[in-house]
Amino acid sequence: MNNIIYMDNSATTPMIKEVRDIMAYYEEIKYANASSAYNFALENKIAIDNSRREIAKALKASPNEIFFTSGGTESDNWAIKGAAIKNMARGKHIITSQIEHHAVLNSCKFLEKLGFEITYISVDNEGFIDLNELKKSIRKDTILISIMMANNEVGTVEEINMVGDLCRNSGIIFHTDAVQAFGKIPIDVNEMKIDLLSISAHKFNGPKGIGALYIRKGILIENLIHGGSQERDRRGGTYNTPAIAAMGMAAKVSMEQMKSHEEIVLKLQEILIKELLKIEGSYINGPSINKRLIGNVNIGFRGVLNETLLMILDDNNICVSAGSACQAGALEPSHVLSAMGLSESEARNSIRISLSYLNTEKEIYEIVRVIKEAVNKIRRNYKKEVI
Amino acid sequence: MINEKNKKVVIGMSGGVDSSVAAYLLKEQGYEVIGITMSVFRGTPEEEEREGGCCSLSSVEDARRVCYKLSIPFHVVNFREIFKTKVIDPFINEYMEGKTPNPCIACNKYIKFDEFLKKAEELGASYIATGHYATISKENGRYIMKKSEDSKKDQTYVLYNMTQYQLEHTLMPCGAYNKNEIREIAKKIGLDVHSKKDSEEICFIPDNDHGSFIKKATKGKIREGNFVDKSGKVIGRHKGIVYYTIGQRKGLNLALGRPVYVIDINPYKNEVVIGEEEDIFKKSLIAKDVNFIPFETLTKPLWVTSKIRYQAKATDALLEPLDNGRVKVTFKEKQRAITKGQSVAFYNEDIVVGGGIIEELC
Repeated sequence: MNNIIYMDNSATTPMIKEVRDIMAYYEEIKYANASSAYNFALENKIAIDNSRREIAKALKASPNEIFFTSGGTESDNWAIKGAAIKNMARGKHIITSQIEHHAVLNSCKFLEKLGFEITYISVDNEGFIDLNELKKSIRKDTILISIMMANNEVGTVEEINMVGDLCRNSGIIFHTDAVQAFGKIPIDVNEMKIDLLSISAHKFNGPKGIGALYIRKGILIENLIHGGSQERDRRGGTYNTPAIAAMGMAAKVSMEQMKSHEEIVLKLQEILIKELLKIEGSYINGPSINKRLIGNVNIGFRGVLNETLLMILDDNNICVSAGSACQAGALEPSHVLSAMGLSESEARNSIRISLSYLNTEKEIYEIVRVIKEAVNKIRRNYKKEVI
Repeated sequence: MINEKNKKVVIGMSGGVDSSVAAYLLKEQGYEVIGITMSVFRGTPEEEEREGGCCSLSSVEDARRVCYKLSIPFHVVNFREIFKTKVIDPFINEYMEGKTPNPCIACNKYIKFDEFLKKAEELGASYIATGHYATISKENGRYIMKKSEDSKKDQTYVLYNMTQYQLEHTLMPCGAYNKNEIREIAKKIGLDVHSKKDSEEICFIPDNDHGSFIKKATKGKIREGNFVDKSGKVIGRHKGIVYYTIGQRKGLNLALGRPVYVIDINPYKNEVVIGEEEDIFKKSLIAKDVNFIPFETLTKPLWVTSKIRYQAKATDALLEPLDNGRVKVTFKEKQRAITKGQSVAFYNEDIVVGGGIIEELC
């Protein structure tokens, strides 16, 4: 359809046919407000229940521990603000990492305005948090720890089991942003001792604008979205049945095909890295391939500004990214790469390629070709400018 | 108000396997079935979250799913106000009076077979149905109730209050089967609930802790008091009469060197009377609010088999009519822990003769 080479799957993913079909059904045919009493709305309720079960199954949780939200950002906001406000009588200290998504970081910054104290623990040069530093940061008044399962920029998959153990033993609520991880790696909320977990549909071939928050039975957090009695009085707002049904389908397909997708992506990833590292002055950011989210290749090229490289790739209809974009669309430096200890220039020269099972070998060789040419061209120009 | 007898039936659905299969059976028998769950109680958010249990949110969802599968309409009706007035408040009051009520009796009498039947008639149905294990038939121009096929699961004990009108308009398809057969049917037709555990608690009391429930509802009216022996001598302190029932041995916290039992509760003096095991065996009782099914009133003495609680085995007893519709029940053998507030049910073999509320011992 589009003649683009899409390699920015950490930003978003396309909806697959089954997902689109079920969404259309609930948009056009069974369009009732799911909360309505009449039988025309019965199928909507069933569809929502089905999606709830699919997501619960994927996390090895119970269906009544799954709550639908408008996306990963809302889930993060709800988990952090909700847990904080509910438990503030017990304490006002929260621990998170320096490489979290802005939904987590800015929720924490907001809580600081309300008198909460936040400790932002550091990461090593591969993006891993230091478990000892985490342990040492725990105080008597610590009520919440939020550590993401897999980082969106460099793909670092944190040792969530160990964080879970630590939190459980200390009686502290453990939230993890699993937005990047869900659908790609297996998650077991009980084994990992997770209390709150955020996911977002558009990262696993679902629609944008829908996500979920897993809340362990027995963990109480304040509501974020007050309103009607939806989600058992915990999250108001008319059910987005089309999107919820779509998300359930997307989750189902992702779980069924996780292994086969992984095989495809790893193969492509290996070729890509091998070829790109042939370029002089190239360096991979983040951990080795087996500790990293599949498909994530974060790579820098000395003397090549990422903004320029991205524009050239764009001219060649190749979609990749770097850092995060501000509202106006200009590139901002990556807080994740700085936290990992990269210098400003190392960070400014890095781009993020995130592959999916829909990419092909042909596309891999094409992006390699374009990058090689672009890197040479940019470096030649720079030399010219310097002289 | 009777609709000319059509084949439309409203079935009360708890989300459990019995009412779910009953709905299926009725549909198979050619009835036009409508599934309704009665919302009778709303707990705290924490209580609502518990898995299973009648009327919890997950059980409503189970009922809804079953109706979706069977392609029958489904509704939820709000009976919370009347349930509080007719079931919960009397339940609390009777405990405060030192009795041990069985709220299912009141629920069946006023809610399931009265209010719910009226609602069904408003919807144009001629019948209501439930998943109860009991059989209803008509013999010699009179509606009678018999025990179910599955004697272990038989629920006629809680149904003795049914009137002729109610029996005429009620269907209980599970009565002809035993529990295993019902579960098999559920499995065969693909209902998730086939393996669902039976609900064994009072639907409005999470975790069966009626003491805490009543304490919360009466806000400070439950007071500690004295354990006394038969002669009135104080032998200890109790935590509130609502926590005790006749025949209770455990949880008394009285170290007297031998097992002792609650033999009486005196709400006026706020005392719990303690005695020996033989003190809790009595031979007769007086029942009030008595209902008979095979006939209208008891005019002369009648031998029946009778049981004084749900789990008891029915044994021989003589019924004698007293004034005001009350009945004296004299057992052939002494019965263990006859308890005021509980129900006494009468049988003639399989036939449910009737029953009443135990008012006093004599």
